[in-house]
Amino acid sequence: MELPTLTHEEILRYSRHLILPDVGVEGQRKLKAARVLLIGAGGLGSPLALYLSAAGVGHIGLVDFDVVDVTNLQRQVLHGTSDVGTPKIASARKRIAEINPHVELTTYETPLNSTNALEIFKDYDIVVDGTDNFPTRYLVNDACVLLGIPNVYGSIYRFEGQASVFATQDGPCYRCLYPEPPPPGLVPSCAEGGVLGVLPGLVGTLQATETIKLILGIGESLAGRLLLIDALGANFRTVKVRKDPNCPVCGTHEITTLIDYEQFCGSPHVGGDPKVSFNVPEITPTDAAARLAKGEIDIVDVREPHELQIAKYPKVTAIPLGQLVDRIAELPLDRDLVLACRSGVRSAKAVQQLQAAGFTRVSNLAGGILRWIDEVDPSQPKY
Amino acid sequence: MPATLFLPAILAKLADAKQFEVSGDTVGELVSDAATRFPALGTRLRDPNGEPYAFVTFYLNDEDIRFHGGFGAKVSDGDELTVVPAIAGG
Ligand SMILES: [Zn+2]
Repeated sequence: MELPTLTHEEILRYSRHLILPDVGVEGQRKLKAARVLLIGAGGLGSPLALYLSAAGVGHIGLVDFDVVDVTNLQRQVLHGTSDVGTPKIASARKRIAEINPHVELTTYETPLNSTNALEIFKDYDIVVDGTDNFPTRYLVNDACVLLGIPNVYGSIYRFEGQASVFATQDGPCYRCLYPEPPPPGLVPSCAEGGVLGVLPGLVGTLQATETIKLILGIGESLAGRLLLIDALGANFRTVKVRKDPNCPVCGTHEITTLIDYEQFCGSPHVGGDPKVSFNVPEITPTDAAARLAKGEIDIVDVREPHELQIAKYPKVTAIPLGQLVDRIAELPLDRDLVLACRSGVRSAKAVQQLQAAGFTRVSNLAGGILRWIDEVDPSQPKY
Repeated sequence: MPATLFLPAILAKLADAKQFEVSGDTVGELVSDAATRFPALGTRLRDPNGEPYAFVTFYLNDEDIRFHGGFGAKVSDGDELTVVPAIAGG
């Protein structure tokens, strides 16, 4: 295929690339011809979109159906304060056009799923995984393997990150590294566990670097290696990722079509969505406050100690979720217990744990402290 | 054999250390040693049958133990065992 030519304006704009021996005019024309799909316009997607568009990647696709929230701004540098409440793809489009009007942007304002993934992916050379949940990570991996498209992977948690390149011609895939996802709830999301704002900047720029190297065909790819990033220790190290001959998608090829990834990951929901249904008894904050005032219920707060300093429930027994099973003896069996957390997800798990331990008078505070602040006590800050 | 176990932050809090010395002739014995000293950590490193989880990868030096006999992988003096659980944040 003939590479596109560069206009005089582009030659000037990309001059610091053009004078780089390993990029040059031909490399810049490869970037212009490249089609890169970004999954997610969040923490990882932000630096990815900024740097790949600045670098002159000719066609960028962006999948995201989220709306900018004020809590995103601490790390999602693609979006600004005035974008709060608007779709992320809208602020992304505005920002990318400002950085580089030569970029052709295609946006997909839809959740990625088994029905649409192959259809969206097939038009791209490289897919970059910047999602925030396990079902979508397995979906992206499988779709990339099935279509033979490299998957530039990055993922973060608190102060640590991982990056690699999966699904290259002979390279391993994400399932070769992690054959199965952890059970839902074992690994908290960024919304539940927190994340250092600059960390997705580090990991996302590494993904952008790997993407550009793949397009240019230069350097040593992270394919076959996993880069482990420890921001607190200021440590970067790589370990080997081997192609597993028993991998059901890239080894034995048992998986020939996309599956139900929600079911595969055992999760009733995607990501940190607070509007989740766990099928446990619930009570609204308004009702709970009324019953609490009459002394009819006890609130058990399962959040972490540092969260209690931000916003509080009145009169609680505080036991972090991770200690609940060990400290179960501290809770009375003969009282109505209302389990509470930030958004209602962890407390729903707590209700399930107590039910499994024989408690019958337990319910979940719907919406957690966020809804408690809306309905009962607006004097406290949300987080 | 003495070896060093390296934990990510998510697990380090269960042992109050990011790295510490463990002893054993196989990776399984290193993990058992850590699990005996820190039971809460133990349940995050191996399942109730004592087998590794599919979502926690162990690296003996730079090599994934799955391709070297799993928990049966032989340990040499001074080896480094790094635990890398799956994370999904983005
Ligand atoms: Zn594979």
